Amino acid sequence: MADIRSFEQPQEAGFGDFVQLLKPRVMSLVVFTAFVGLMVAPVHLHPVEAFTAILFIALGAGASGALNMWWDADIDLVMRRTKGRPVPAGLVAPGEALAIGLALSGISVVMLALATNMLAGALLAFTIFFYAVVYSMWLKRSTPQNIVIGGAAGAFPPMIGWVAATGSISTEAVLMFMLIFMWTPPHFWSLALFMNEDYSKAGVPMLTVTHGKKSTRTHILVYTILLVPVALATSFTSIGGPIYLATSLILNAEFLRGAYRIWKRDEVQAEADKYRVEKSVFKFSLLYLFLHFGALLAEMVLRPYGIGGW
Amino acid sequence: MSFPPEHEIHRRRFSRNLGVGVALGSFVALVFALTLVKVANGDLMHANDAPGGLGSTVPMTEMAPAPAPATTSP
Repeated sequence: MADIRSFEQPQEAGFGDFVQLLKPRVMSLVVFTAFVGLMVAPVHLHPVEAFTAILFIALGAGASGALNMWWDADIDLVMRRTKGRPVPAGLVAPGEALAIGLALSGISVVMLALATNMLAGALLAFTIFFYAVVYSMWLKRSTPQNIVIGGAAGAFPPMIGWVAATGSISTEAVLMFMLIFMWTPPHFWSLALFMNEDYSKAGVPMLTVTHGKKSTRTHILVYTILLVPVALATSFTSIGGPIYLATSLILNAEFLRGAYRIWKRDEVQAEADKYRVEKSVFKFSLLYLFLHFGALLAEMVLRPYGIGGW
Repeated sequence: MSFPPEHEIHRRRFSRNLGVGVALGSFVALVFALTLVKVANGDLMHANDAPGGLGSTVPMTEMAPAPAPATTSP
């Protein structure tokens, strides 16, 4: 007769811990941007195909998150922000995280290619490779430009959504990619300004660690200035329109104002009010991206009523 | 043969097993729904097109008509 014997484990991973391995908060951003990329495309998929595409783009992003957690378990353990993650917390074994990451990568790429087209599948495979290998294994620990180049991984989802629908890459897809790509550095550096201790302890060469906070403040302003034309350019493509233009003008003016305020401050002022400005700019940067993609969606939804588009 | 009483591991891993079961069931349902949509749209029909053989992407409607048989009398 067969019986099951087990050893008592004080902490054992539940299903939720495996879900945490996929970085659900990052996945929510991926789902939203990929959804917009897919919806604003001129070719419309069947709802089941569209749902499948979004699901497996999100799962691919989750898989790369699991691979990142497997590789970065040592530095996640040191950082206050990440020490509660399933691998450093001892809930999920590193080998399990690796296996889940690899298995979900394969499933998501194959399913996306089957549900939509080969180019979309190939782009998703490249995104996973870029995030897990180029960013996590190589850039993150070797250069302060890690966020700049690594940001490409987070920028691909709307482009994959577009390609899933159309089967090709176009100016609109590139501009959606560029919007997230250029937005990532000021977004992360404003976080790094008030999370500097974490990165310093873990030995991650963030710009704040290698070049100091004053240089980081200048970088935030420069990258925000460079972001503005990229964000506005989308207004004049087939997916843009007056709603997007007006939204983008307001959001960019506010983001620029925030970046300027960060640049004007020094550490004494920041310490005195516990990085109030830096924290508010970081929060606003999330709204900035959400509303830009929301405006693109609004253009698409309102176009049949003669409001969206030019 | 008798079934042993429920082991403690079954209770401990219930959420994990339930989650995996629901995920697998959903995956099967999704593949089934996707298959229905693909077949209904005719996306998979191209592979069986006769003129180009397996993998041809020439739709049936674009096939050239077969040449008429010769009608020469002896």
